[in-house]
Amino acid sequence: MPSHPKAALDFSPVGTEREVHTLSRPSLSYWQDAWLRLKANRRALVSLFLVIGLLLFTLVGPWLWQVNPASQDLDQVSQPPGVDRSALVVDPYTPWLGGATAGTGLRLAEPATTQSVRLAWDALPSARGHRVYRNLFPVGPELAYGIPRAEFFDNSTLTFEDRLDIKPGTYYYTIVALNADGSLSRETSALTVDVQRVTTVAEARERGLVANEAALVPGDRVELALHPLGTDYLGRDMLARLMAGARVSLFIGIGAPLCFVLFGVFFGSVAGFIGGKTDQVMMRFADFVVALPFLLFMILFKIAFGIGPGESGVMPMLVALVLLMWPATARLVRGQILQIREQGYISASQLLGAKTHYLILRHMLPNTLGVVLVTLTFAIPSAIFTEAFLSFIGMGVAPPTPSWGSMSNEGIKTMLTTPHELIFPAALISTTVLAFNLLGDGLRDALDARMRNRE
Amino acid sequence: MWSFILKRLAQGVITVWFIATATFFAMHNVPGDPLLNDRAMTAAIRANVEAKYGLDKPVAEQYVIYLGNLIRGDFGISFTQENREVNDIIREHFPVSATLGILAVLFAAAGGVLWGALTALYRNRMPDYVIMFFVILGISVPSFVIAAVSQLMLVGVNSALGVTLLPVAGWGTLSHMLLPALVLGLGTMAYLTRLMRSSMLEVISSDYVRTAKAKGLPAARIFTKHQLRNAILPVITVLGPSIAAITTGGFVVELVFAIPGLGRYFVQAVQQLDYTVIMGTTVFYGAFLVFMVIVVDVLYGLIDPRVRMQ
Repeated sequence: MPSHPKAALDFSPVGTEREVHTLSRPSLSYWQDAWLRLKANRRALVSLFLVIGLLLFTLVGPWLWQVNPASQDLDQVSQPPGVDRSALVVDPYTPWLGGATAGTGLRLAEPATTQSVRLAWDALPSARGHRVYRNLFPVGPELAYGIPRAEFFDNSTLTFEDRLDIKPGTYYYTIVALNADGSLSRETSALTVDVQRVTTVAEARERGLVANEAALVPGDRVELALHPLGTDYLGRDMLARLMAGARVSLFIGIGAPLCFVLFGVFFGSVAGFIGGKTDQVMMRFADFVVALPFLLFMILFKIAFGIGPGESGVMPMLVALVLLMWPATARLVRGQILQIREQGYISASQLLGAKTHYLILRHMLPNTLGVVLVTLTFAIPSAIFTEAFLSFIGMGVAPPTPSWGSMSNEGIKTMLTTPHELIFPAALISTTVLAFNLLGDGLRDALDARMRNRE
Repeated sequence: MWSFILKRLAQGVITVWFIATATFFAMHNVPGDPLLNDRAMTAAIRANVEAKYGLDKPVAEQYVIYLGNLIRGDFGISFTQENREVNDIIREHFPVSATLGILAVLFAAAGGVLWGALTALYRNRMPDYVIMFFVILGISVPSFVIAAVSQLMLVGVNSALGVTLLPVAGWGTLSHMLLPALVLGLGTMAYLTRLMRSSMLEVISSDYVRTAKAKGLPAARIFTKHQLRNAILPVITVLGPSIAAITTGGFVVELVFAIPGLGRYFVQAVQQLDYTVIMGTTVFYGAFLVFMVIVVDVLYGLIDPRVRMQ
């Protein structure tokens, strides 16, 4: 048989070391498979990154942004993020005794600064006196003048100096003529005042705003301390408070579910495994706990375990949450255990001589782990909500400890003028809850054994 | 059916007793003292006051007196509001909370069923995405934020229109109730929508719906007679716990919208350590919620005969 010269080059023996083509996919464990499916779910993956980001924000953030969340910056109270932080250095404040100034109507006697706003006006034609108002919004058709700042019952004083809590920004001043009996007439004169931020040499020094103190003279500009997310109504740094608040919110939000899920797993697996009368009694008890009105008892337990309102810490809330929320997990795990107990592999294992604890630890608990994990992710948002809710109605952590809920509560009061104080904590609560909910959805789909191998 | 109702009622009574007992002992372990007020309290006055409220007796005896009073429907006298009985407080303010709660439950149930069915019918199309976006919003934004923001928006709408479309806060007429009830029911509505969507999806792909289609029934009839009826069952099951969530969730809405409901008084009583009001309200609320859950259970038994058989 003539052999072709090329044959030796084209073909080579297969040998034993080379892999033969097979038709089967690589075998995947339950968890590998679930992870693959979770990765394929874009929403779940994004929420997983969000959760990791939140954890970094809480745990690593305070190292990167080392500002005391309780320290107050009185130069910047209720400042939204991104405002101009520069301040003009001026001479120290000197009292003003009024004085003649040129001009007509309501006018500024001197440039308006955060030190003082000095107003002067000419007596309104029919006025027997004047009342000075200040507002944060333009006076609309409904004649909302704002807060009354001063009242003069004759026309001898036609100047007013406002020093009350003036922040940089725009104010709307109005003087209203008074009738003889002291009531308001409809005669008014209005003025829009833009206030400039100023500071003095002594103040700048005291607050450590400048490196070279000696060179500072009136007329220079200095930069005030940086607050990336602004400050709250007491001049505290929002970013630092959000980070500190995250610690409380996430500690409750993750710690409490972990505790009660663990307890629920223990309770449920014992009830499910022993069965019979014990199971009946245990589950009846769980039913009663479920029937307790949750928020009422949450509040009740919180005051029972710790201290009255306004002085309570984080632990009472944690204990109350754990005491009230375990039965859901217990029921779920019991149902699972009851199901698994009848499975063939349990009998097989028993026949092979497996002990009870081996059965529970090796076969039953691992097989309920998926369900438990999903419960845990869904319990986290509800715990965070509960904390926020309690803090909002004033039953949560006590000031000055910040939590997202109590920050929202404080922010809601000044929602109209400084919305950032509400927006940031509320957005963080919403994002966290959303992330954990979506992650739970993804996990439920990924860990559902019925979904396995369904492409 | 009757044995089912009786059994549930008996369970309910035991649950209420459990609630009453838990409340009693929880309150007795509360640190702090309502009698330690700013007012001068000599030992003699203190002894008198304690005797008046029965606080000088041993705990076991107090417990028996307390249970006896409860059975007679007497919740005692408020510690902080002079001469005001807890019964009066409940009688005056509970109807407000209940009205608000019922309205909210109606909103939540109607909205949840409707939106849920719609999202299932338009699965993976525009209406589904839009509604589910709002559902996710409703689930993840805390109720106090929704309450405040919606109030603010209403102010904007009112001033833009120049007339008061709906009052921003307060209580009295139906127009006062609409917005708070909607806000209160929103979270539950979102939850019910999700539930309704998944149960509707299951029903849509079921055999009997396919059979109905094959018979040539009109789509509207299939929707009302076959799909909606079957898909609504799981929604009814969670309605009982939802009512509980809504009535207690009313605390925040009552605070934000200045509604004189029982929730506001409860929060106030907790802040003032008004023991009798706290205990009375808790037991009353608890009994009410247990009763509502039983009603829902019985309704469910009527609708779905399989439940009674268990």
